[in-house]
Amino acid sequence: MKQLCDMYATKLVTQGLTPPNAPLIGGLDAELVWNRQDPRTDEFAKLFETLSINSLVFSKPAEPYATILDFLANRTQQAIRPEDTETRTFLHDIPICREFSASAMTTSLKKRKAVIIPGHGIISCGTVSPEQGFVFYSSTIFACFVLFFSDYLNQLRAGTLDDEYRDAFATAVGSLPHPHTTLPNLMPGPFPDEDTALAAMAESGRHVVGYGLVDSFFGNISARLDTTLFISQTGSSLDMLEGCIDPCPMDGSATTGLTASSELSAHEDVYRRSDFDCILHGHPKFTVIMSMSCDKTDCPHRGECHIKCPECRSVDGIPIVPGEVGTGPTGLCNTLPPAMASSGAAIVHGHGLFTAGTRDFKEPFEKLLTIENTCRSRYFSLIESYEKTS
Amino acid sequence: MKTPFGWTGTVLHINLTTQTVSLEHPDTEIYRTYLGGRGMAGHFLAPHATRHWTDPALPLLIFTGPLTGTAAPTSGRGTIMSRSPLTGAICDCSVGGTLATHLKHAGYDGLIITGHSDTPCGIEISDADVRIVPTPLWGTPIDEVFAHLESSQKHHRAMACIGPAAENGSRLASIVIDRHHAAARGGLGLIWATKHLKYLTVHGTGEVPVHDPHALDETRTDIMRLTAASPVLMGQHGFSEWGTGALFDLMDSRNMMPTDNFQKTRWPHARRCNVVAFHSAFTPTSHGCSGCHIRCKKIARNGRTMPDYEAMAHFTALIDNPDKELALSAHTLCGQLGLDPISTGATLACFREHTGEDFSSTTLLDTISAMAHDHALGQGSRRYAKAHGHPEWSMSVKGMELPAYDPRGAYGMALAYATNTRGGCHSRANALSHEILRKPVATDRFSFNGKARIIKLAEDLNAVVDSLTACRYTFLAASLEEYTKAFIAVTGVSFSGQDLLEIGERIIYNERIMNAAHGFSATDDDLPARFFTDHGTSGRGIAIPPLNRDEFYTARSRYYRIRGLDENGLPTPDTTRRLGLDR
Repeated sequence: MKQLCDMYATKLVTQGLTPPNAPLIGGLDAELVWNRQDPRTDEFAKLFETLSINSLVFSKPAEPYATILDFLANRTQQAIRPEDTETRTFLHDIPICREFSASAMTTSLKKRKAVIIPGHGIISCGTVSPEQGFVFYSSTIFACFVLFFSDYLNQLRAGTLDDEYRDAFATAVGSLPHPHTTLPNLMPGPFPDEDTALAAMAESGRHVVGYGLVDSFFGNISARLDTTLFISQTGSSLDMLEGCIDPCPMDGSATTGLTASSELSAHEDVYRRSDFDCILHGHPKFTVIMSMSCDKTDCPHRGECHIKCPECRSVDGIPIVPGEVGTGPTGLCNTLPPAMASSGAAIVHGHGLFTAGTRDFKEPFEKLLTIENTCRSRYFSLIESYEKTS
Repeated sequence: MKTPFGWTGTVLHINLTTQTVSLEHPDTEIYRTYLGGRGMAGHFLAPHATRHWTDPALPLLIFTGPLTGTAAPTSGRGTIMSRSPLTGAICDCSVGGTLATHLKHAGYDGLIITGHSDTPCGIEISDADVRIVPTPLWGTPIDEVFAHLESSQKHHRAMACIGPAAENGSRLASIVIDRHHAAARGGLGLIWATKHLKYLTVHGTGEVPVHDPHALDETRTDIMRLTAASPVLMGQHGFSEWGTGALFDLMDSRNMMPTDNFQKTRWPHARRCNVVAFHSAFTPTSHGCSGCHIRCKKIARNGRTMPDYEAMAHFTALIDNPDKELALSAHTLCGQLGLDPISTGATLACFREHTGEDFSSTTLLDTISAMAHDHALGQGSRRYAKAHGHPEWSMSVKGMELPAYDPRGAYGMALAYATNTRGGCHSRANALSHEILRKPVATDRFSFNGKARIIKLAEDLNAVVDSLTACRYTFLAASLEEYTKAFIAVTGVSFSGQDLLEIGERIIYNERIMNAAHGFSATDDDLPARFFTDHGTSGRGIAIPPLNRDEFYTARSRYYRIRGLDENGLPTPDTTRRLGLDR
């Protein structure tokens, strides 16, 4: 357990989610262990006595997330309810716990997977591995980031923005990392064999995470080699794909893809409709924010945009389509493939960006980065234009 | 008594000796303490735990849960429970079909059957009308029983019955429900037979009152969204599309396919007999339990029930039979005779290891038929192997034959096999979910590190799932967070998920107490020696060494500590008191 606790503490730091030496991660089998010593572990240890958990992740977030979380929490009574796909599907809402005590945290964690403690950070837990706490922690940060920047734009549009929000926004923007402008030197294709394809996928995955183009574990990667589609497994970490890629025969002769990403159907249909060989899917933050940006105030589908938006929206010709995770009737498996096949890229409302290319991952990676940088630029241009007219 | 939301507040008692029917209205506190399903059945079984399985006073319990019959997804399930003639331990089966839903709609949270009818009988329940009727169907194969009942009953109703295997004393006897579902494990069909009970039909027309339909609708949407996002449930290779047979390729590719009575862990013919090949040969359609949207059950075009993964693997790889038609015929025959396919397949594999002879199409079906007609093999592999001086041939835990997951490829599964209260069962802690299917996240399947507490927590969770009741498969996508919301919406009782897990802990401990009263201890929480001495089949970069016995025992000791048991796996007064089980 100690090794796992250390591993996820390191990941929180290297992914820029927390300051160095901030994470506190505890794991319990028969004995409770922590990644490091801290006076707060005595209080957290009580959580293991009252909750049926085996691991716990706590940390103050890095900037700009700390500012964002505290701002949102101060404006919310009990729980914030972001509307991005990760929250809709996995988190539902994120409770606020205003007291740093084991009893208060227990009450909140009895209801939800991750909890914000204003001024302190985020606490989350797992029943199987610290990885669960890491995923919930990361998802909470992503959801709050998207909510914070989306709401700012919406309130600016509506003319309801106040000075407190402006101040917090300025602080958060001041802490944003500069966008990447150079591309990684990815392996060239075409890939001659399975081993090379798998190595190229793993390499691309590491860079997608390293460039901050995916949060937690929720992106996916695939490559087509002859009649077999190789795709990252469900819940796999894109920066640790070795041994976590499933071969799926496209003739349907085997069900080895049982553990494949939930987007397998969508990937497969894209390949069937096109000559693409590689697909990347990430959750670049400003792409997600722009996919949810809409100035239509009287839309009858408001609140259900993620599944019912009827508009033909795009970012520089890259279509934005509705669709939920997976294969349900409103699943993105229905909307994404036709959109991708024509443009080689598509954005799913509130969810993220899919990009495709022939031969290797250079083209899809470039699209992923370019579209995110475009969306970021568009976002601040919109802010600027509304500021001028307000 | 004021009828609580979700529950009906009524338990139906039927005494077959006195041919009497009575109603009990349990105290609300009992519902809050044990929920329903497996929990409530265990509560009512506890006072009779030490009765021999032939004792007419030993109850047979069928319980629904607070979610049964509501719009909560996959909640149309129930529990059948008693003491197992196969293992001597307590035994419960989570059952699908429409039985629990009809029972709930008829107005009953549970049905407790005691006594022994002088002549073969059936029980026919239509709402408040409860009849014990003599039947000439004793000795009739199961498909004929269903055909007779279907033609003689006015309304669509849930039906459950036993077959010749139970009537002839097989400890592998199952109870078949609505033709395609079963309480298969542990020989519970033999309990029915000792009571001279051939069948049960239930027709219910009432409604289940729901406290907050809007909130239930909201959480239903969340659960449906989560299952739609689940590759293993609704993905193109998932259970909804293929049934649990979808696991076949995965188990072989992970070097976990029990082959030749667990002597190997990969099977050369796996690709020939995978679920795609089965579907191509038998073109099945989907069928589901009441209230289920996943619909993992598959029915062949000619009406035969397709085998689940475990039966599919046991009638092929475990006995080295590459003939799909023969495997399906074996499974169908088990259904007609009322035999547990898992224990039957594993007992056949034990027999094959003993004789050293492969089965032909004739000898396989003849042997299965003999198992249901007073053949020694019908008593299960443990008794057979022991009688022949080689107990190591029986790949079982507590005498219950293991399903089709080799524990050398998943150490949490190994620990769960050994420690669960039912015996050789994979589903009590469902370690497959994280060790293979990566849900909620992946764990290292070749390590005991952290597994003791994971198994304990998962057992508690599944006890809750079996008591609410819901389908365990749904929890490969949704979590207790969503189902707690459903529970609150249905009942209006403001329990948290943690409150429910505490109830799960109580349910398991109650089962441990009952097993201890039967004489079970750490000696019984163990695996067949083969897993500690023999390598599995390594290859394709995966090594399958034998389990390390010391590491296994260390993990088991941790499990005992975490579960609040003593070093011999026995209940302690402190934990018994803490969980309120001393009253």
